[in-house]
This record gives sequence, C-alpha cells and structure tokens, in this order.
Amino acid sequence: MGQIQLNQVSKSFGSVEVIPPLDLTIEDGEFVVFVGPSGCGKSTLLRLIAGLEDVTDGHVMIDGDDATDIVPAKRGLAMVFQSYALYPHMSVRKNIAFPLRMAGLDKSEQDRRVTEAARVLNLTDYLERRPGQLSGGQRQRVAIGRAIVREPEAFLFDEPLSNLDAALRVGMRLEISELHKRLATTMIYVTHDQVEAMTMADKIVVLQAGVIEQVGSPLELYQRPRNTFVAGFIGSPKMNLIGGSEAAKHDAATIGIRPEHIEISEGPGAWEGTVGVSEHLGSDTFFHVQTAASSEPITVRAQGELGLRYGQKVYLSPSMEHLHRFDSKGLRIE
Amino acid sequence: MARSVSNRAKALNTAVAGTLGFLMFFPILWIIVLSFKTEEDAIRAPLEVLFNSGWTLESFFTVQERSDYFKHFSNSVIISLGSTFLGLLIAVPAAWAMAFVPAKHTKNVLMWMLSTKMLPPVGVLVPIYLIFRDYGLLDTRIGLVFVLMMMNLPIIIWMLYTYFKEIPGEILEAARMDGASLREEILYVLTPMAIPGMASTVLLNIILAWNEAFWTLNLTAAKAAPLTAFIASYSSPEGLFYAKLSAASIMAIAPILIMGWFSQKQLVRGLTFGAVK
Repeated sequence: MGQIQLNQVSKSFGSVEVIPPLDLTIEDGEFVVFVGPSGCGKSTLLRLIAGLEDVTDGHVMIDGDDATDIVPAKRGLAMVFQSYALYPHMSVRKNIAFPLRMAGLDKSEQDRRVTEAARVLNLTDYLERRPGQLSGGQRQRVAIGRAIVREPEAFLFDEPLSNLDAALRVGMRLEISELHKRLATTMIYVTHDQVEAMTMADKIVVLQAGVIEQVGSPLELYQRPRNTFVAGFIGSPKMNLIGGSEAAKHDAATIGIRPEHIEISEGPGAWEGTVGVSEHLGSDTFFHVQTAASSEPITVRAQGELGLRYGQKVYLSPSMEHLHRFDSKGLRIE
Repeated sequence: MARSVSNRAKALNTAVAGTLGFLMFFPILWIIVLSFKTEEDAIRAPLEVLFNSGWTLESFFTVQERSDYFKHFSNSVIISLGSTFLGLLIAVPAAWAMAFVPAKHTKNVLMWMLSTKMLPPVGVLVPIYLIFRDYGLLDTRIGLVFVLMMMNLPIIIWMLYTYFKEIPGEILEAARMDGASLREEILYVLTPMAIPGMASTVLLNIILAWNEAFWTLNLTAAKAAPLTAFIASYSSPEGLFYAKLSAASIMAIAPILIMGWFSQKQLVRGLTFGAVK
C-alpha cells in the first residue's frame, strides 16, 4: 500500500511562506508528477512528504496513518536524488545493500535482494566498482537500485534525470516508466520538464509559487487547462495566448490556441501575417508568424515541409473548436 | 585551443625553472654536504669543500655526544603529536557544527579565527611568558603542547571546515532516508568520507608543530626543548660550528622530511581540496 495524503500542509522558511496550506491525495500505485518552474516549491513538497523538511502546519498521512512526526527512515519511502547521492567510499554492492544493512536484514537476504536489483537494472557486472568509476546513467541506476531493494510503500524522485544528457534521459525515462508498470508501486516524481511530466505521469500536479494550479491526467491538462498558467506551461511548443481585441471578439480576456490547431496557407484566412523564424524538425515544421492579432509571434505547427520563406506573407486559420477562452483573472471559461 | 609554445621557449622555460629550483634547494644540499665534513674543512672555500676534502661522520657523533639527540627528538614527537591530537579534539566538533549546522554568524566566527593568525606571535609573547612563569609551565612539554595547539587551531578548524563543507548534504539525507540513525550516519557515511581530509589536516599540523621555532625557543630551556632548540644550540656565542650545526639540522629535519615524502600525495590533496573538484 502506498496512499499518501496531504491535509492542509504548509511550509514557511522564517517569515517566507513557500507553500501555503495545500490538500492533495495520491492514490496507491499512481505515478504522480509534480511539475512547475524553478522555485515553485515542488522539491520542497517532495521533501515534506519524505520527512527531510518539517511541515510548518498540517498533516502528512501515509496509508491513513499520520506520519507528520515520523522520521524519514520510518516512513517506508525511498528517495532518488538529483545528484544520485551515492556513498562514494562504498562499492555498488554496498551502496545498494546499505538500507538493508541499516534495517538489520541478515546477510543472505541482503545478497539475494541486491543480486535481484542488479539483474533488473543491468548492474550485475558493476557490483564491485565504486560510484566514481561509473557513468552518469549507471550511477542513476545504482541510486534507483538502492531505492528498490527496500521494497518501499512509495518512491520519491527528485529531478532524477536532470544531470543526464538528452539521449540518456529519454532512455532512463522509459526505464522508470517500465519499472513503475512492473512494481505497481506509488511513485512521486518531481521535474521542471513538462515533456517528462506528460510522458510518464498518470496524474500531473502543476505548481506555481507553492500553489497547486491544476491536478489531472496529462491529456486533461492538455485539453482543458484550468487557467492561462497551465495552458502556457503544458505542451511543447507553448500554446499561443492572445489578448486584446482579438480575444474580445470571443468574449474573453485571453484566448489560447495550440500550434497544431492553426492552419497556415498562402490563401485567405482569419489572420494575416509574415513568416519569421522556422524550425525544421523533419516530420514537423514550427513557423513563428508575426500578425496584427497578437503582439507576440504566433507559433504554428505544420506537417512536413511547406517551403515558406522568411518574410513571406501568409494567412493563419485557427480551428474554432480547439479555442480556449480565459477571463480577466486568467481562469478558463467553459 | 591549447596554447602553442615553441620548442625554444619550452627549453628556455625548463632551464629557468630548473635553475630556480636548484637555487632554492641549494642551501639544503649545502647543509647535507657540510654535515659530512670536519669543522676545519667546513669553513674553507666552497670549491675546496667539495673537491679537496674528505668525508666523515664525525660531526654526527659529536652532536649526539654533546647534546642528547634522542631526548630532543622525543620532545618534538610528543609536542607535535600532542598538540595535533588536542587540536583535533576541539576542532572536529567545532568544524562539524559550523559546516552542518551553520548559525547566522558562523562566517564571522571563522573570519575571526583566521584573523588571529594575522597577529605576529611576538605581540603576545610577554603575556604568555608571564602566564607560563606564574603557572610553572616554562620549559614543560605540556605547556608547549598547549601553546602550539592554540597557534594552529585556527588552521585546523578552517581546513576541516572546508573539508566537511565538501561533503554533499544530499548524501547525508540519503543515509537518513536509508534508515541510518545519527550514530550510523556519522559512523558509516560521514567519517569515512571525512578521513582523507582529517588525515591531511593531521599531517600538516604535525609538520607545522615540528618546525615551529618561535615558541619552542622562547619557552624552553633544557628539559622540554625539541629539535628546533637543539639546532639553535649550535649557533652559540662561542662561535659557529658549521659542520655540527649542519649535522644537527639534518638530524632534526630528516624525520619530518621522510614523513612528508611518504605522505605528499595526501598532503597535496588536502591543501588543494575545494580548489579543484
């Protein structure tokens, strides 16, 4: 079991409130991603759950029991840190066995679990090496191994992939998702990368300045963002947000339209503009088009190559059924 | 791009550096040479000393006969090890606390400690001498242990502090998540990671205490005099005895030189930590 519940949890450092009182329920077996810009309090929230920081107010419940005053080691949670936090003076084997040794398991059981974890994580050949002799990806696997052997109620990941290069990151992302499917254990994952959030999560929690902006499945957030912050944060490239008179035509303070919901053509359309920078990805092309409708260039996603030149006059036609409308407070209008 | 250096410039640089290195080492080399000469040979012109005189161990025997080398040697060992051990006893908890549980004024306290090293020791010689006299600490080993420990304490604390600082907090948190109690965290994670830093601190402090000459000369007479005083006793009002002075110097610096040679890797690592990751 690994149900985690935050009841009116808040955190202040001195007089600075980083997390105002907040409620959140994470169901057993869920893969939940906390996502938000740097400094939004997502790591602090994770550390509150881990017990590495004390809550200023409120309660952390694990499987229905109040864990607020329980020390980190006794909460039954395992954590993977951004810096891996491996013990540099111990071999990989000893690193992975460390939590078992602390728990007082007998030697044969320790060996059995370490061998099994090493097999799952492809670390068998590296068990006698020191962390300093491993690559970044291997170190990350050791950190995950150290978490797995404890068979915890839930895994906590604090930006575990941000120290890896892009190619390795995609690989490890899949491995962690795979691990979740296999273990079916609750996982809480902190990242600032919305692509990681979208691809891995069952449930995304979008945070800004310690406040939960929206909780939902990746597609819910993508299709029905609750406010302009979520609309702009989820999705790559970003949703185009347009204010002023263009928005007023739709009875809104701001309208949003995703790049893939705009058609670009040389023929007539709703908005006239000139092509700025184009980004060619092969399968897709992103055009940044300057129009009178918006002060910011509008991003348009087109399939394949269209052969439009820099400075060329084009017309944009947004798909009306995919238009998002927001009021003056930035909240979604249904 | 790597800077390109012509072969001629390389050769020139090597020659200049080699010459400077030799000049710096020359006095020590000369002491070694003189220590194997008789007094009469030792005061002759340098070239004659080198090529026109015999080699002898006479000075070493005379020195041991006239002043008990081993007594001074054991004083040096006791004073340098004692002051280092006592210093560690105070410095480890101090540095630990400042590195892991810093308070608002920790930085100021550290700066203040360092600032005490800027005061010339002679500035406090009179008060310390008087205190030593009143408490009967003059010419005692325990007195020297205390005074050298206090002189080197700021350096020990600073070194240990910087070293502890290098240990990432996340590793300690990982240990806590892994179920380690505070005792286990210190025993299995912190201490093994801090040992290289503590070792180089100890080594440097032993060397500093071994070579310290100001306090050892001013606060000792016969009983507690370490090797520094032993060397100094050969530059006396009755005249200079080059050969014996050289022999005494060699005997005094040899132990620390040998220790330094074997531990230089550890020492360099200790002195440069933090500079390069």
